[in-house]
Amino acid sequence: MSKLTGAEIFIESLKREQVEVIFGYPGGKNIPIYNLLYDNPFKHILVRHEQAAAHAADGYARSTGKVGVCLATSGPGATNLVTGLATAYMDSVPVVAFTGQVDTKSIGTDAFQEADIRGITMPVTKHNYLVTDIKDLARTIKEAFYIARTGRPGPVLVDMPVDVLGARMEFDYPEKVDLPGYEPDLTTNGGKLERLAEEINSAEKPLIFAGGGVITSGAAEVLRELARKARIPVITSLMGLGAYPIDDELSLGMPGMHGSRYANYALCEADLLIGVGVRFDDRVTGRLDAFAPKAKIVHIDIDPAEINKNVDTFISLVGDAKEVLSKLLPLVEEIERKEWLAQVAEWKRKYPLAYKDESRDIKPQAVVQELNRLTGGKAIIVTEVGQHQMWAAQYYNYSYPRNFITSGGLGTMGFGLPASIGAQVGREGELVIDISGDGSFQMNVQELATISEYNLPVKIVIINNGTLGMVRQWQELLHQKRYSSTILKNPDFVKLADAYGIKGIRIENKDELAVKLNEALEYDGPVLVDAVVAWEENVWPMVPPGAGNHEMIGGEQDDK
Amino acid sequence: MTSKRILSVTVANKPGVLSRITGLFSRRNYNINSLNVGETENPEYSRMTIVVDADDRTLEQIKSQLDKLVEVIQITELDRTNIVDRDLALIRVNSSRSQRSEIIQIVDTFRARIVDLSTDTIMIEATGTPSKIEALIEILKDFGIIDIVRTGLVALNRGVVE
Repeated sequence: MSKLTGAEIFIESLKREQVEVIFGYPGGKNIPIYNLLYDNPFKHILVRHEQAAAHAADGYARSTGKVGVCLATSGPGATNLVTGLATAYMDSVPVVAFTGQVDTKSIGTDAFQEADIRGITMPVTKHNYLVTDIKDLARTIKEAFYIARTGRPGPVLVDMPVDVLGARMEFDYPEKVDLPGYEPDLTTNGGKLERLAEEINSAEKPLIFAGGGVITSGAAEVLRELARKARIPVITSLMGLGAYPIDDELSLGMPGMHGSRYANYALCEADLLIGVGVRFDDRVTGRLDAFAPKAKIVHIDIDPAEINKNVDTFISLVGDAKEVLSKLLPLVEEIERKEWLAQVAEWKRKYPLAYKDESRDIKPQAVVQELNRLTGGKAIIVTEVGQHQMWAAQYYNYSYPRNFITSGGLGTMGFGLPASIGAQVGREGELVIDISGDGSFQMNVQELATISEYNLPVKIVIINNGTLGMVRQWQELLHQKRYSSTILKNPDFVKLADAYGIKGIRIENKDELAVKLNEALEYDGPVLVDAVVAWEENVWPMVPPGAGNHEMIGGEQDDK
Repeated sequence: MTSKRILSVTVANKPGVLSRITGLFSRRNYNINSLNVGETENPEYSRMTIVVDADDRTLEQIKSQLDKLVEVIQITELDRTNIVDRDLALIRVNSSRSQRSEIIQIVDTFRARIVDLSTDTIMIEATGTPSKIEALIEILKDFGIIDIVRTGLVALNRGVVE
């Protein structure tokens, strides 16, 4: 067998993992890999900042279900990945990040562009490696992909010193992984399924709370069957949007801090709450002692460490959501639950998500609603973080898994633009819209260059209120309107788009909203829309920080 | 109610593992009372004896979070009533010639050993349960303790009696 260099082993290993695309940025310590990428073994997308490489790999993974791959050099290249890895970690997204490293002899000497990226990323990766011997390289890559995609997925980093990339070794890609300390499936539900089914069959006001785990495990379909068979209403966390069709009669959308009133009312009244692939995040629970006060709480999750972490559970089942729900389905009875469903329908009718559309200004919610109408709820929506993210969650009708790509746990501003690159590369030919805010957008604005270079037909819609809106909203409500550092002096976004060779459209008048948004969506290529909206609009309803879900304020139809 | 709980954790004997474990404890705000690590009968693995201050719920969290680390092979909570647990201490105390015999007497009582002597100090090696070591330290305080080093607790389950 002929010997390959470490860099060649890297390429061959990635081929074995069926990698289709790498998002990356070259530098001194990954040149041996870039030398091989010159021959196009697979697609490489050159981003303009390593953070964007990580977010793009993340967006690719979320939108396709495959493992996303990013590549950076040592030192600053590697540290620039950190926010992206932390984002993927919080939302359980399978990403494998590769970094170049100074040669093994120089490690620890504070060499040029040296950073201990393994040490730095330990708390924000599922696992990570520093490969100091070429004989470990292929096995490590195999393990990295395996760990990233199995169990509760997450990011894995592999740090590769440049001399390892240059050394030679026979290539032997292992068939299997041997990780005695890694057990991705800990399913142990002896008797609990039957108990849960009994609870469901005898509950009067059951409620399903579906999260990102439903999407990750591909359980959306069986969830639908279960909910419809047993007639159980469904709320979805931010990460779970798309796990259940929002316009279904049983759907109550998103609960929590900026959830709908009807979802929060249901949470407060339910007698059995069935959490599937959720982690009972503080944005959903509000004050813990007021969370789902009348409900026995059931928790189904693949990660045993999530059980009883934030809330005490009555029954917990560790396992893959799809598997557990599939086994549960035949055990639940078809029950009418007329009273409960009538109550839920009444809340939906009485307290719809609403905003006042009285002013001459464009309302941000209207922009999202219009996008929903024009796309029939079928586009892939990517967001940044802030008010626009919440409006995008509230006013777009998600009906399909993997069509809503957002940074839920970490709440990373600047996520959306690079993530939309990943989504567009992964789902070529489909409509990808980055619903953005004028603040977040500027955090990775350099990626306009990437979008332009590869002519990725992403539609960027900036909900431009000239402020860091979510913080401004808190300042308005909790800090006497002292708008400290939240009013922005922005560039001319249309001119900026133009400078990158991207079509720019500004919308300032209400009556041209539909026409111009349609023009943007119809355009063959990337577009940036600068939608100038009412600047002091708030996200309603809102559960104030530290309050219980029953204490939400604002957003009632008459509460204007 | 928190109490001291002992975890015996088998981990892969690889660089960075200790840092992963202590990093997890600090990141998740768990309290380590003591941590001891050493090779096992199998050089591929190390065993850590970790004493934590935790209530039941936190202990469950600690165990599940530790279990998620790829390099953690096994976690056992040791039952205090069925283990052999030891702490080893080296203690250097002031000792004038006139105090020497009194110190030797104390050392004998605790079945400790004198391992070094100088004109005005004595070094004592003591092995035993943490409470015994603490009792010895308490008594030695009268003479003026110069240095203490302790291994922290190491423990193993007792053999099963058939």
